[in-house]
Amino acid sequence: MNESLDPRVNRLRLNNSDGSFSIEEGENWNVFEVFHQEKRGAHHEHVGCVHAPDANLALIFAKEQFGRRKKCVNLWVVRSADILAFDLEDEDMFANNPDKTYRDASGFKVMEKINKFKAQSK
Amino acid sequence: MQLEQALPELLIKIADDELIIGHRNSEWTGLGPVMEEDIAFSSMAQDKIGHAWALYRILQEHFNGSDPDQFAFMREAADFKCCHLTEMPISSYDFSLMRHFLFDHAETVRYQSFSQSSFTPLQQLAAKIKGELKYHTLHADAWILQLCTAGAESRGRMQQALDNCFQLAGGIFEPGEAETLLIDEKVYPGEAALYQQWLNNISPVIEKAGLTIPAMTAPVYGGRKGQHTEHLQQLLNEMGEVFRLDPEATW
Repeated sequence: MNESLDPRVNRLRLNNSDGSFSIEEGENWNVFEVFHQEKRGAHHEHVGCVHAPDANLALIFAKEQFGRRKKCVNLWVVRSADILAFDLEDEDMFANNPDKTYRDASGFKVMEKINKFKAQSK
Repeated sequence: MQLEQALPELLIKIADDELIIGHRNSEWTGLGPVMEEDIAFSSMAQDKIGHAWALYRILQEHFNGSDPDQFAFMREAADFKCCHLTEMPISSYDFSLMRHFLFDHAETVRYQSFSQSSFTPLQQLAAKIKGELKYHTLHADAWILQLCTAGAESRGRMQQALDNCFQLAGGIFEPGEAETLLIDEKVYPGEAALYQQWLNNISPVIEKAGLTIPAMTAPVYGGRKGQHTEHLQQLLNEMGEVFRLDPEATW
């Protein structure tokens, strides 16, 4: 069974590959994660969740829950139980990231060149 | 009757339907079966009241009508032209959902016809609210199908709700006095045509849900002539209670 602190989410057990947690269809209402798209071509961003008997109604609920104010062009819903995430204790895989500054995109100083080019071409 | 009288008559009955069902559906706010549905149903109720306001504005701007707030809150029941379906109490959620399904499909058919209306303000309003109505019927269809496939008790209650609502829904299409003129002037195709289109649109959903569509033997007319059930006056008393404390107040 799923021993995750967050019962909605499956977490990958790195040294334990038992069968994953599942909710039987119709057993209960599922939780669905909602992703909001502000304009065409933009990323869908996670905004929260709804609970619903199926994906259709989840999308219908999400529309009023997360798409009733401000700009929105599309929504996604994904059953929370279908999400695979790392276990909390495996956070140490990311621990040394702050030291690896050579991977930061800020190392590439192209904006200066672009601005210089723009200024010249005026 | 001239078009100058026929058009306001049409606008008032549609607007009153929208205002009254909007108020009725808003009575579910805070009491909905689940939070998500509570919010969705309340939002759609607001949309209905918005549609009513837009129509009262058209009356004000094009036909020298009164201020929309005054018109909505200060009239007596006999001056309202809503059909009886809209004024019935919310009852249980099966009734309210079935009313929402039947009414919103009728509303959709009506505004689709307005998108070709010779009366430009109606055409513009139809274009503006097209997306809202799309959502309303999507929501209604999904719930009807969900509840009708959720076991015998659930389906039985939905059938009962359909039986209870159906003749009332026939009252949406009560013909008006100046119908022929409005059809000739290409304002809209008339109630009989809308009724037929409505039946065509709801039948596949009802069939898919496994419900039996009753025969329209006795459509409940009278609302368009200002004859109402006792429920309307109660609703109006409550709806206008705050407004009438000081009708001149600005908000």
